[in-house]
Amino acid sequence: MSKTKVAAKDGWFTLDEAAPALIGSRCNGCGTYAFPAEQVYCKNPACDSESFEQVELSRSGRIWSYTNACYQPPAPYIPTTDPFEPFALAAVELEAEKLIVIGQMTPDVSVEDLKIGMPVELVLDVGWEDDEHQYMVWRWKRAG
Amino acid sequence: MHPWGKWGKPFVEYGVKAAREALADAGVEWREVQFVAGANTIRNGYPGHVSGATFAQALGWNGCQISSNYAACASGSMAIASARNRIMAGLCDVALVVGADTTPKGFLAPTGGDRPDDPDWLRFRLQGVTNPAYFAFYARRRMELYGMTDADLAQVKVKNAKAGAQNPYARYRKEFTLEDVQQSPMVADPLRLLHICATSDGGAALVLCSREYAEKKGLANTVRIRAVSTATPTYPSTHLEMPDLATDSAAVVPPPERPFRSAVVYAAYEEAGIGPEDVDVAEVYDLSSAMELDWIEQAGLCGEGEAEHLLRNGDTAIGGRIPVNPSGGLGAFGEAVPAQAIAQVCELTWQLRGQAGPRQVEGAKVGVTANQGLFGHGSSVIVSV
Repeated sequence: MSKTKVAAKDGWFTLDEAAPALIGSRCNGCGTYAFPAEQVYCKNPACDSESFEQVELSRSGRIWSYTNACYQPPAPYIPTTDPFEPFALAAVELEAEKLIVIGQMTPDVSVEDLKIGMPVELVLDVGWEDDEHQYMVWRWKRAG
Repeated sequence: MHPWGKWGKPFVEYGVKAAREALADAGVEWREVQFVAGANTIRNGYPGHVSGATFAQALGWNGCQISSNYAACASGSMAIASARNRIMAGLCDVALVVGADTTPKGFLAPTGGDRPDDPDWLRFRLQGVTNPAYFAFYARRRMELYGMTDADLAQVKVKNAKAGAQNPYARYRKEFTLEDVQQSPMVADPLRLLHICATSDGGAALVLCSREYAEKKGLANTVRIRAVSTATPTYPSTHLEMPDLATDSAAVVPPPERPFRSAVVYAAYEEAGIGPEDVDVAEVYDLSSAMELDWIEQAGLCGEGEAEHLLRNGDTAIGGRIPVNPSGGLGAFGEAVPAQAIAQVCELTWQLRGQAGPRQVEGAKVGVTANQGLFGHGSSVIVSV
């Protein structure tokens, strides 16, 4: 029996596996973006808006900075492999929204492959699973 | 102070030892103290959250007023501000500030339990982003923008280890060579084990009083707290900060002229009515060796991208033009969160009094501290003779 795929964090990204996107918000008052999506009050101190449109953020961006995890992060992180395999992390700048989002890189690249300014795109991957579900998370993947 | 280490004892013991030492140093009786400001630990259960009362009880209830302060790494400065504000408001003459912690081994991690709405819990659960990963993002930027090298990173550690070796309160009192540091294991590329501060047990305390009280009591060798800043960022904060997985957006509102960390320190300069050119010694939050270089610039001690030049020149070592972290910094201490911002002020106090022994910065008259923690907390304290 195949497991049901669910978002590891509801409402933070779409589950469209071919072209997934982070779900942010655009303020109906001042137009500013936010990720995760703003729900209650706009964070722009000059804006009183309480009304937001949910928007899919740009699916691609450029690496602002990068690193890796040579040791297994502590709980509540759930490792994907046993024994632990180091993974690369990228902080990616989205051009249109002018904000930076952190994510693990897909496991096919290591930190030596990365450069600041490198184009990447958003993909989904299984973060962890239980008997019935696969909990999906976002990853950054080298573009092209 | 209580020496930093991995002692495994209750944090209260460290705080009380530091408090008694501070009172003895000041020549103030505990029974005279009218206000205790505690800096809270999050790791030691309910008592840690009410540190003001916990320390007051451990010293022996004396009926004083209390406050308990939590602001992540800036908790100690918030406790200093709480005591200083009360004195400046004329509500008390003499106050005690105490912070202490007992930490587990390894990475700092969120406290237990499932909290899917807590950004600190989510960054670990969803993406496995530890504190050193954030430090590494900043370090990689420095390498790219300003040409920081692996040898520069190692040199910061060598410098601070040399100072820490002379500090009886430091946890690590061993000197390192460049090779030692450069051969230590990679933790979060480009940061190695010896570039990243450990988590420690420790305690620090200060006695603060009004000028009138000091004069009346004939207290000798006092220093003045000229400013305490715990400023927040200004929207949009476009620098990645723990524990967030994303920055604010600069698509509509341009980023502020002063990014967060430099804003924290410059707010202190403004309150003190001085500028970075007046500073003789600095204690900055070297969570990683690269962050020491960041802070030197953010505190205005040199221009952007020039900190490596200062380091290579020996300007930031004891005996240099502007010594930074003569205590040995977090690299030699490891972080005891609620005690750390207080410990920075202890070091400046000894430096300004000329009591720092082999670590002495000759002729130091003005010192600045800088620190930063999670959730937009940061602090800066300015002390002068």
